[in-house]
Amino acid sequence: MAYNLKQIMAEKPARFTAGHRMCAGCAAPIVGRTVLRALKNEDHAVISCATGCMEVSTFIYPYSSWTDSFIHTAFECAAANLAGAEAAYKAMKRTGKLPNDEHTKFIAFGGDGGTYDIGLQSLSGAMERGHDMVYVCYDNGAYMNTGIQRSSATPRFADTTTSPAGSKIPGKMQSRKDLAQVMAGHHLPYVAQTAPLGNFKDLYEKSEKAIYTEGACFLNVLAPCPRGWGYATEDLMQIIKLAVETCYWPLYEIENGKYTINYKPKNKLPIEEFLKPQKRFKHMFKPGNEWMIEEFQKEVDARWNELLVLEEATNKGE
Amino acid sequence: MSIRERLSGNEAVAIAMKQINPDVVAAFPITPSTEIPQYFSTFVSNGTVDTEFVAVESEHSAMTACIGAEAAGGRAMTATSANGLSLMWEMIYIASSLRLPIVMSLVNRAVSGPLNIHNDHSDAMGVRDAGWIMLFSESNQEAYDNMLMAHKIAEHKDVLLPLMVCQDGFITSHSIENIELVEDEKVKAFVGEYKPEHYLLNKKEPIAVGPLDLQAYLFEHKFQQAEAMRKAKQVILDVAKEFEELTGRKYSFFEEYKLDDAEVAIVCMNSTAGTTKAVVDSLRAQGVKAGLLKVRVFRPFPTEEIANALSHLKAVAVLDKADSLNAAGGALFEDVTSAMYVSGKQVPMVNYVYGIGGRDTKTDDIEGVYKDLLEIVKSGKIDNPYRYFGLREE
Amino acid sequence: MTDINSKTPASKLTIGGNIYNAGNARDFKTGDWRSAKPVFIEEKCKQCGLCFPVCPDDSIPVNKDQKREDFNYDFCKGCGVCAKVCPFGAIEMKSN
Repeated sequence: MAYNLKQIMAEKPARFTAGHRMCAGCAAPIVGRTVLRALKNEDHAVISCATGCMEVSTFIYPYSSWTDSFIHTAFECAAANLAGAEAAYKAMKRTGKLPNDEHTKFIAFGGDGGTYDIGLQSLSGAMERGHDMVYVCYDNGAYMNTGIQRSSATPRFADTTTSPAGSKIPGKMQSRKDLAQVMAGHHLPYVAQTAPLGNFKDLYEKSEKAIYTEGACFLNVLAPCPRGWGYATEDLMQIIKLAVETCYWPLYEIENGKYTINYKPKNKLPIEEFLKPQKRFKHMFKPGNEWMIEEFQKEVDARWNELLVLEEATNKGE
Repeated sequence: MSIRERLSGNEAVAIAMKQINPDVVAAFPITPSTEIPQYFSTFVSNGTVDTEFVAVESEHSAMTACIGAEAAGGRAMTATSANGLSLMWEMIYIASSLRLPIVMSLVNRAVSGPLNIHNDHSDAMGVRDAGWIMLFSESNQEAYDNMLMAHKIAEHKDVLLPLMVCQDGFITSHSIENIELVEDEKVKAFVGEYKPEHYLLNKKEPIAVGPLDLQAYLFEHKFQQAEAMRKAKQVILDVAKEFEELTGRKYSFFEEYKLDDAEVAIVCMNSTAGTTKAVVDSLRAQGVKAGLLKVRVFRPFPTEEIANALSHLKAVAVLDKADSLNAAGGALFEDVTSAMYVSGKQVPMVNYVYGIGGRDTKTDDIEGVYKDLLEIVKSGKIDNPYRYFGLREE
Repeated sequence: MTDINSKTPASKLTIGGNIYNAGNARDFKTGDWRSAKPVFIEEKCKQCGLCFPVCPDDSIPVNKDQKREDFNYDFCKGCGVCAKVCPFGAIEMKSN
């Protein structure tokens, strides 16, 4: 069925409600709500969430922003929690303890801290075991919940509270981990990188695919943080667009090993366009620091080219 | 008719788990508990159980998956030892705070470091305040029996707390002993079906589990846990009574062995009780009024009951198979002595730390403790209550 | 459930901090966070849909006819993301 945003918005209820306490203009609730809208209305979901912004602002006793069943335990184990629930589902279905005609889907959410870093082991384990679940990383590129500390998802040179741009060390000196590629190495049925963008087709369709593909699936979703990135709050959608148009955040998917780049900008914008509106990269624009922008551009180009090669290589012979 | 078998402690636990037939078992191998998930995964592979076995990548994930499974509405079980339990530590607290009646077999082993794979109780003592019910087992039979009683206690509506059954690594886990098993059907009927009131997989009533619980609520939620632990005492006794009706085997908070008329006694847990019973018998033959109090239920701690049971003695030694490294004494000693003090029972008491890292506990060692006690009775003096045996000292 | 508050005694709280009426955060209004207010200028709106999904606080109701309605100010935190994506100037940010 062709994607129809208006119809979806009109016919599918928000399963991630208002009344949460995420900051004004935060991308994470937009991501969460869109992913859950991809569920069929008749399906129930068990949602697992890593400790982080999303968890601590959506489930403050006695209020929950989730209309489905929800579990949170700790920072590093959203995947293992969900794996346990999914295992119970299988066993209970098998033994007739749950009705046959009801379907439950299993979806985990974690920020980049809970996914790229402290939760990587639990994620890798759950994915390798092939639980029928989707893990969604909302990637805001730092530990925002504890006050903008660097993570392995933080881009190179970014100024964070544990990689401050100082007079000797100009921000984070290491490159960003490429988690979608790490997940690709697990040979999962479906891995995708996406972002809420335009009419949200990319994010919605990838969520739908991930949820309704049997087995362990992974989505890496860009979710800018106005405070952590230091751009004007209302510019959320513009920042996401720049991340995609500069190829900083390529939109692509890997279905059973086959790569598809979902969007190739006709005029790939220079990386400055993405960096400039953000306070965390401000020091890169000081005279004498041009090399930092050059290095950043080189890395973006290298990763983009690698992706083009992978797409070509995995689509040969078709 | 019960079934007579010869099984190791680990086999006995695995068979109990097979008979319980839980929805999920999530476990990670660690000596000396490894055999439990090994045996169990064979049951799964051969279709003898309906369980989903989750071969997790760490003990942290084992406990986390158990939490997910139990919250989902299933029965979840696991087994571990020592560092495995240490790695679970964060989730151990979360399991009990979420009031999930997960059952774990803890095969006691020394926690690193340095690394040692042999028995002591430092793993269990590290989680003694984590809100889990903790049962200790002298023998393979007791480890098996405690497993059969576990769910009825943990899942009781007044309790809803996770429960661990402890046994001594290698000493009982790997020793083959005679054992009486209960028939599968009888176990099934005794353990019953798990019917949680609220659970994640109930589409008709979606729930949320594990909130951010701030200043206005966490204190009350902790109080609820404490209340559940207090209420667990009666449930443990009730379940033991039912179990006695089923098997004829009698259980309580602790076992009193020749304690009634004893003048000196040892308090200890797990397999050391077996060694102590042999020493008590031989001392009795020599006319010494020796006795034993073997603690089975360590959490909830049966404070008044222990104080009453020890009140008539002239001297008591509490044996701790873990050193609390606090310059004050072992955990069991502190619990027993404070129980006595609070109950207004004045009996001279000493503590022995022993058996660390699998150091053998011999009958001679235990005899030495009783001799010390007799000396205390005679002299009325305790120079140092914080003692060791089996340790090389100058 | 939502009658649980900071005066509720321990015995009346749900165990473990569980919530049995999922989605009840709708009872918690966040509209008073707002320092700027989006104003919907209906006559300028072409119902293009671009603003429908961008609201972090689910404060742009879309009705059965697939048309957006006025803002839900109970929850709108005034972030201004919707105003910025509107190509027709149909949303104006005003000081609260």
